[in-house]
Amino acid sequence: MEDSDPIPNQWDDACLVAALLSLSPRHCKGVAIRGRHGPVRDAWLHLLDDLCGKSTKLRRLPAHASEQRILGGLDLAATLKAGFPVADRGILADANGDLLVATMAERMNARLAAQIGQALDNGKLIAEREGLRLKSSARFGLVVLDESLDDEPPPSDALLEPLAFRIGLEDIPPNALDNPNYTADCLVAARERLPRVFTTDQVIEALCAASLRLGISSVRACTLAANVATVHAALKGRTETSQQDAEAALRLVLVPRATQWPQDEVPEEQEPEPPEPSEAPDNRGENSDDPPDLQELTDILVEAAKAILPRDLLTKVAMQKSIRARAAAAGRSGVGRSKAPRGRRAGTRPGQLTSGQRLNIVETLRAAAPWQTVRRRMNEGQGANGQRIEIRPDDIRIQKFHHPTESTIIFLVDASGSAAAQRLGEAKGAAELLLADCYVRRDQVALIAFRGKSAELVLPPTKSLVRAKRALTGLAGGGGTPLADALHMGGSLAQDQRKRGRSPILVLLTDGQANIAKDGTQGRAQASADALSIARALRAQGIQSLLLDISPRPRAAAAELATALDAHLELLPYADAQSVSNLVRREAASANSGL
Amino acid sequence: MSSPVFPFSAIIGQDEVCRALMAVAVDQSIGGILIFGDRGTGKSTAVRALAGLLPPIQVVRGCRFNSDPESHNEGTSPKKPIEVEKIPTPVVDLPLGATEDRIVGALDLEAALTRGEKVLEVGLLARANRGFLYIDEVNLLEDHLVDLLLDVAASGENVIEREGLSVRHPARFVLIGSGNPEEGELRPQLLDRFGLAVDVKTPTDLDTRVKIVKLRDAYERNPQSFVQEWKGKDAARRRKITRGRKLLAEMHVPDQIIRSAAALCAALGTDGLRGELTLIRTARALAAIDGKAEVGMKHLREAAPHALRHRLRRDPLDETDSGTRVARAVEEHLGC
Repeated sequence: MEDSDPIPNQWDDACLVAALLSLSPRHCKGVAIRGRHGPVRDAWLHLLDDLCGKSTKLRRLPAHASEQRILGGLDLAATLKAGFPVADRGILADANGDLLVATMAERMNARLAAQIGQALDNGKLIAEREGLRLKSSARFGLVVLDESLDDEPPPSDALLEPLAFRIGLEDIPPNALDNPNYTADCLVAARERLPRVFTTDQVIEALCAASLRLGISSVRACTLAANVATVHAALKGRTETSQQDAEAALRLVLVPRATQWPQDEVPEEQEPEPPEPSEAPDNRGENSDDPPDLQELTDILVEAAKAILPRDLLTKVAMQKSIRARAAAAGRSGVGRSKAPRGRRAGTRPGQLTSGQRLNIVETLRAAAPWQTVRRRMNEGQGANGQRIEIRPDDIRIQKFHHPTESTIIFLVDASGSAAAQRLGEAKGAAELLLADCYVRRDQVALIAFRGKSAELVLPPTKSLVRAKRALTGLAGGGGTPLADALHMGGSLAQDQRKRGRSPILVLLTDGQANIAKDGTQGRAQASADALSIARALRAQGIQSLLLDISPRPRAAAAELATALDAHLELLPYADAQSVSNLVRREAASANSGL
Repeated sequence: MSSPVFPFSAIIGQDEVCRALMAVAVDQSIGGILIFGDRGTGKSTAVRALAGLLPPIQVVRGCRFNSDPESHNEGTSPKKPIEVEKIPTPVVDLPLGATEDRIVGALDLEAALTRGEKVLEVGLLARANRGFLYIDEVNLLEDHLVDLLLDVAASGENVIEREGLSVRHPARFVLIGSGNPEEGELRPQLLDRFGLAVDVKTPTDLDTRVKIVKLRDAYERNPQSFVQEWKGKDAARRRKITRGRKLLAEMHVPDQIIRSAAALCAALGTDGLRGELTLIRTARALAAIDGKAEVGMKHLREAAPHALRHRLRRDPLDETDSGTRVARAVEEHLGC
């Protein structure tokens, strides 16, 4: 490690990525850039454009470009003018040999993202659209601009996974943008050198070993890392990959994908928890019987990874996972709801015009236009007027809509013990406050109270304020805490709501202390074990939850439950209806922001 | 210009998927295969490679629906002898952005525009007849297209009604889907159409990883010569499929195997008979690939996770994934 270079700063690495990508988009596939629009990003894109020279162009791929525009289709105006089918090739096919810059990629629809990812993978595009079969080479590099905020879902994996690089430009001060050492001219020489660069077995093996120890499951990441090492060697004027190339590949390709702190390879010492980085054992000299070079290189790589891995890696990985799970769950529940004629316009589909559907006139005319000659000919001799435009049922195009998911807020209220009366009162108040403005948000509210031996659905999901008030009056409190049963009931209700196309949010008002087990028996240990296992199952289903700890003093049990549920935990020793309803509203808003 | 597909036999570390694909190639009545797994596990590589492995089929020359000469007696005049030709088994890609007219079939746009004629242009379903229809990222397919596929897959027949033309043609194909369940789940109706569901895991041992990366690198550097190198091994796999198809007709399934399969399905509470039937068929096909004359317990054990995993009733609060549940039941009922 002594002789390796100091860790380059972020801007240097960003410049290196630009150089590698413009050197060979075929090997690197592309880069995902986190960071909002600003001088740093502009400077980087400028640099990339300069390095690409005249041979490769940067083309924009707007997030809201239509499927037709991206994949290609029938160019109707040209077709009608020419009298034979003329294809509009679409952005992907046009970008063959170039670099595509996808702006606001986190907003891109999952299906389109998947198709772009497939084209990137296959290097060609096959589209079957509107009477045409379009087959074209689509060898392009992709620059994904990710402007998502911390708690928003990042761009689809379909876009990110095939790309070699991920860089963040957020933390780079705009005044530190030195001129990089790369020019378009030096890349020309490197590009010529590239086909002759030999990727050594040692570098491949060390990168693969490092990928395993960093917990990277994708084998494609290894292939990309090996590619990048090769391109890096060409850039640095070598004809064979070396340790420096492997280090660059590790830093640029593997480390951003790491999901665990590097495990040390000594099997008897395997620790499930990441060891403190300071006490990382240095036992390199001891196992000198192993093939020295490979082992050594792997260790060098892993040590290098440790130096640059973010300290809060595990938290970050867990957070990303839960954001993704929620996005997927939301996407799933969104299926089948696009029929309602409100929300944002989201493409058209063929279909019958029934009540409640909206006709898209332009698309319908587009569908009918090419067939007018045939139809006129059919109608000749039947005395029909040849001047009219003939529209057949097949031509009808229905407008599809996409609108944000409607939430069902399910309160799980701990009605046991002494604080029951107050808690219930505040939950009731919060439910009523939420319902009071639900006609705007189209939310529904349900309430499950748990006390004694079991949980009870006091208020089934409703929008009706009157009904809620009636159901919530005269709720009694006291007795044991059947938390497991309550979670079970809440989970089933949440699943049921999901099937109805709504997105459920569980709001728990409890101190997390269970004392009645799933089967109704008493006992603290079993009860809390049951509750936690159900909570984990709920998390696995990606059900969003919010835990409001309303005990006077915060307890470990609540924190433990929140972790198992992956819930936001809020301490509310003096819960009042207004603050509960504000918190719930914020939670619901964060659930919808990703859509 | 386009580079040849990655050879099937050069895919390593994905034995389960490759065996399952071969089983379906041996016995198409197993009915479809769903490949689920993370990105970057080479799901679509395996399917595309299968296309290069399938033995050719005999069709009526020039038939747009790939009709089988053996059963081709309707519609043609009996005097005219049928001409036969061999074509590669169709493996048709259904791209996600495909429009309905391209899938079902419609009028030929060019003929309509230039000559004002009504000429039928068949869709992807006709091209896939007697072959395979592949949908990558099947969980992202639009709902109305899923409905259409379900309908055709159930009836084995496609109806094209356009501009006053009405054509009915056979559309029997094996559906292959791949996707990542984390990005949206499949509707149960579609899930049920797949005979097998295979969960792809990414290889976690170093040697396999290194081999995969090296093979990929060799292929990227020179696809033509790489494919040439693996030609022999691919041919051996192809022979296994051809031989398997022959063995299948004579395959003996011992009573004990059938009883065990029934016990397993009962224990797991799978819905309907389809699971049991698929389980036996898959075990038979696996035995045939191995060149056996009789189905063994080993084949049943191998087939069980793929044939049953996606047919379990889901308990929303059970943490264990369905693969583990099947594995547990296999352990219990089929022994080791």
